[in-house]
Amino acid sequence: MRALIANGVRIDDTFAEAFGMRATALVVTADSAAWARQAAATMTGFATSVIGCGCEAAIDREIGEKQTPDRRPGVRVLLFAVSTSELQKQLAARVGQCVLTSPGSACYAGLEGEESLKLGNALRYFGDGWQISKRFGGKHYWRVPVLDGEFLCEATTGLTKQAVGGGNLLIMGESARSTLVAAEAAVKAIARVPDAITPFPGGIARSGSKVGSKYKSVKASTNDAYCPTLKGAVKSALDANVASVLEIVIDGLTPQAVADAMAAGLAAIVKLGPRRGAVRVGAGNYGGKLGPHHFHLKDLLP
Amino acid sequence: MKPLVLTLKERPAERLDLSPLLPHLLAGKSAAEIARIGVQTTRKPLVVGDVFRVRMGDAGRIHIEGGCDGLDWVGHGMTAGEIVIEGDVGSQAGRLMAGGRLTITGNAGPWAASGMRGGEIEIRGAAGDRLGGPLPGDMAGMRGGVVIVRGDAGERIGDRLRRGTIVVEGRAGAWAGSRMIAGTIVVRGSAGPLPGYLMRRGTIVLGSAATLSPTFIDCGKQDLVALRLLATFVARTSTRTSKVLRRSLRRFAGDMAVLGKGEMFLAG
Repeated sequence: MRALIANGVRIDDTFAEAFGMRATALVVTADSAAWARQAAATMTGFATSVIGCGCEAAIDREIGEKQTPDRRPGVRVLLFAVSTSELQKQLAARVGQCVLTSPGSACYAGLEGEESLKLGNALRYFGDGWQISKRFGGKHYWRVPVLDGEFLCEATTGLTKQAVGGGNLLIMGESARSTLVAAEAAVKAIARVPDAITPFPGGIARSGSKVGSKYKSVKASTNDAYCPTLKGAVKSALDANVASVLEIVIDGLTPQAVADAMAAGLAAIVKLGPRRGAVRVGAGNYGGKLGPHHFHLKDLLP
Repeated sequence: MKPLVLTLKERPAERLDLSPLLPHLLAGKSAAEIARIGVQTTRKPLVVGDVFRVRMGDAGRIHIEGGCDGLDWVGHGMTAGEIVIEGDVGSQAGRLMAGGRLTITGNAGPWAASGMRGGEIEIRGAAGDRLGGPLPGDMAGMRGGVVIVRGDAGERIGDRLRRGTIVVEGRAGAWAGSRMIAGTIVVRGSAGPLPGYLMRRGTIVLGSAATLSPTFIDCGKQDLVALRLLATFVARTSTRTSKVLRRSLRRFAGDMAVLGKGEMFLAG
């Protein structure tokens, strides 16, 4: 593998291999920014990977009270799944259990799409006949009476089939601490990129996986080539000086959003340099045959 | 391109039917063809050229100058484009309108916006009785679109309203929103007795206290997100009226004499 050095950080000549996904977006508002964040954090909890959670979801960005439909503080949430039906199922379950239940919350479409998913149209039955439909300004809302007043929810939200999941960066450092510093800097930079999320805890995955396993029933297992403790035992991808690896997984509403997010993360890691952060950055792929989207690291360097 | 201008020569002796003068019906017609369109309401033929001076322009924008209360069915069944009337209109202006924009700078007679389905009507003066209401034989009144009245409105506005929004900057007469099926009425001023009489569903907001039927039940003061959204929507056409929606409002549920799923918000 040829390598490129940027500010002392080795950039592997490789690419992240990503897949097409179905995605939607929501705007969740509440009386305070803290409660809007709370509702969004609850509905995007346990949504790190489609393999075990049904969907991947996270907060895209916070929205000031001047920009939300009801002029209250809000948060934009993105949800990704492998099929429209699974996305619909996850959306209704998560909004129903986590946003409807959150004090003072309201929920709006966060995406305009040619196709739509049921939002309020799926949740209105909670009103037990007392739900109120309101149409004005080209929008359709449902008002559901709840204990603190009303839960207001837009009837539908948009669906995109152009979404991409699985953009990634493998961040390698000489110590666990410096690797984490580099990964945190990258997540912070990616957070500023619109239409892209990092669904793992704090944006970082420490258990990067490969497809398959020696066990028949296990679909994904630890990426042994990048485990520092397995150097020597397996065909390792790591150099002698790499002591820790962290992965950032990126989902975006468009391929461009994923490319922008990977570029932003890469720029932050390169800027930090090898002494304080990572010594090497790679990316995960399956040889390029499975995923239609290839994001080459050398094209994304600043 | 300049609008097509029709100027009334003098007040006509009979009532006129202006329903043929719609942007989509006049598109592609010459001045001579337009002048030959019949607008009579009696057995005696009367054409546009007899009562109007025609100045050609873009038929998508029709200006009628010298409006009076004898001009009926202005914008009847309009689907797109714009009609502006300088002055008053007679009855049923904008009836069954489905799209476009109708502006009346003076007063409108009864049944303006009757059975309207979409688009926007602005009445800068006062509106007559049964604004948006159904004619005998109609199952429902207005079922979409927006009506804004800058002045006062008559009795029974939004009668059997099904969908859409009526905004009145002035006062409304008695029985505002009578027999409402759903939809929204916002009145910045006061309303006459018994607003929401026999309403089934829908929302009425009044800028001051009113004499309610005892079949409306007080739900207390509410600060609902839905009213914030409505305020933002109403502010597009009437900033003054949107201020009512941002005040603390008391919610009444009714009319319990019928279905009782309607609501009335009163300021103060």
